[in-house]
Amino acid sequence: MNNTNLYHYILGIADNSLILGQRMGELCGHGPSLETDIACTNISLDLLGQVRSYYQYAAKIAHDGRTEDDIAMLRKEREYVNVLLAEQPNTDFAYTMARHFLFDVYHFLFLTELQKSKDLTLAAIATKSLKEVSYHQRFSTDWIKRLGDGTEESHQRMQNAINDLWAYTDELFHQTEADKAMVAEGIGVDVTKLKAVYYDKVNAILEEATLSIPESKYFQKGGKKGIHTEHMGYLLTELQYMQRTYPNMEW
Amino acid sequence: MSTKNWPLWEVFVRSKNGLEHRHFGSLHAADAEMALENARDVYTRRNEGISIWVVESKNITASNPEHNGEMFEPAQDKVYRHPTFYELPDEVKYM
Amino acid sequence: MSEEQIRNLEAQFEERIARDEKIEPKDWMPEKYRQTHIRQMSQHAHSEIVGMLPEGNWITRAPSLRRKVALLAKVQDEAGHGLYLYSACETLGISRDELYEQLHSGKAKYSSIFNYPTVTWADMGAIGWLVDGAAIINQVPLCNTSFGPYARAMVRVCKEESFHQRQGYEIMIKLANGTPEQKEMAQDALNRWWWPSLMMLGPTDAESVHTEQSMKWKLKRKSNDELRQQFVDQTVPQADLIGLTIPDPDLKWNEERGSYDFGEIDWDEFWQVVKGHGPMNKERMKARVGAWEGGAWVRDAAMAYASKNAERKEKEAV
Repeated sequence: MNNTNLYHYILGIADNSLILGQRMGELCGHGPSLETDIACTNISLDLLGQVRSYYQYAAKIAHDGRTEDDIAMLRKEREYVNVLLAEQPNTDFAYTMARHFLFDVYHFLFLTELQKSKDLTLAAIATKSLKEVSYHQRFSTDWIKRLGDGTEESHQRMQNAINDLWAYTDELFHQTEADKAMVAEGIGVDVTKLKAVYYDKVNAILEEATLSIPESKYFQKGGKKGIHTEHMGYLLTELQYMQRTYPNMEW
Repeated sequence: MSTKNWPLWEVFVRSKNGLEHRHFGSLHAADAEMALENARDVYTRRNEGISIWVVESKNITASNPEHNGEMFEPAQDKVYRHPTFYELPDEVKYM
Repeated sequence: MSEEQIRNLEAQFEERIARDEKIEPKDWMPEKYRQTHIRQMSQHAHSEIVGMLPEGNWITRAPSLRRKVALLAKVQDEAGHGLYLYSACETLGISRDELYEQLHSGKAKYSSIFNYPTVTWADMGAIGWLVDGAAIINQVPLCNTSFGPYARAMVRVCKEESFHQRQGYEIMIKLANGTPEQKEMAQDALNRWWWPSLMMLGPTDAESVHTEQSMKWKLKRKSNDELRQQFVDQTVPQADLIGLTIPDPDLKWNEERGSYDFGEIDWDEFWQVVKGHGPMNKERMKARVGAWEGGAWVRDAAMAYASKNAERKEKEAV
């Protein structure tokens, strides 16, 4: 591979959308209302669409005969580099929306910068995805407000979700080796620079939603290095089931 | 269990620039913002629209079909509202 | 209204339908027309949303990204179709919540075929190809049915469904042309879904209770047996084309009729599943009731937030 750093950099972006898209896909048919079900599936479809563009590009860079699906579905758990936040389960609708909200705010800031990448393919995917993600951000933000400032029960549930997921937010701003190399080449986004804006935005919305901002300063990390939570193995078991059970076949 | 159900909304979509909004269907939503979002996700998944109106169904006043006679039939014989009512010499081509 | 007047109205009503006029929700209609439509449209809507479950079962396990997005989009369409049909139903003065209540309590029926399990990926192919194929045969004539909201919903449904059957058949083609293992998977799915698909077109004409009235109101254009024959005739060559065998030893071309003769359907199995004793009836209802009851606090929160927000806006305006 000529450009190992670029390859790993693409995976770092793509794996987040893949794992989030997969998680959201689990909800299809089980949403709290028919309308919400349809909306959530749209988000899943947006993410998986982005994923295909990224992995197709990664396959081109890798140039070793692997396809988008090989890359998406045939790596070992330690080789997936999504943030831990993405793989957290759909404990209830508050967790699902909180997970998306905490990611969407980051995703929006990230893609806004990625549009300026010197890598034109990445810049183009970013521009297209940004429109989708703007909508995701609006959608999840609205739900944070509705549930945070809804009933007593919904407030409690949303507060629990935010409290639990908060520990996974800091990892969004950790730089990997691939990150650093790509930032140096003007291809990658310096995520450390997004952190302050991110927390400003998130905190403002949590406040508006009458939720308290968690005070905990203990954060979890590891996803970007392929060390995942125990949820990940099960998620991959489903994602990879067909490819593992029936190797080397076309579908 | 739920005490109050999401109200019904009517959805109007402008499918192309220059066209009028047309009634597309209805859906349930808690408020206008949600109704717009839901309408986008339900009725424009296939690129069917560029503008959406939503209005809560209870705010629509409809004519009563039982009064159709007095409402609409009187307009049927007002032929002088239509250009074909007026006679023109053949020489006049464009009017 | 006197009985005489009602008879008059009914006669006028039937004439309107015979003239191919559409009946709209606020128009006068016989009570039986209203009830029949609520029953059929809601049954149809329930089938769409219960039908999301067997296919939804494979979204997380779809074998490729391309298949995953296609399946997601398809299952999402079914939610949309359920929504269009519930909305059409609501024009007759019954709320979606009441309709759900009928489904959850077992009072309302849905298409029995969704009570079979989806055990392999090939089932996604078989459902799209056979179940959607049978559904389309049922649905296309409904685009011209007499009740306006139903007809309009069906126009939209049929337009959107056009990709569903192709999606399924394409899965089958790929499997049938794949490895021996894949071909076996496809054949196995066809074996399991063939007979339930034939049953899906409804009881035989002799046993069908609603047919005559439904024909008059254009809820039906052809009898169940005619539709079934149409389905068999159109599907057998599609199976031949991809080298799969219809699991019916009695199936053979009848030159005289210009149609396929086919074997006896196991109606005992059909009625058993209709009565709630299919392999997945309980799980399907559990999933639907679970989603609805589990979502109650979400819906409540949205309403509470909406009213708080409205109050805030009012205050700002003052």
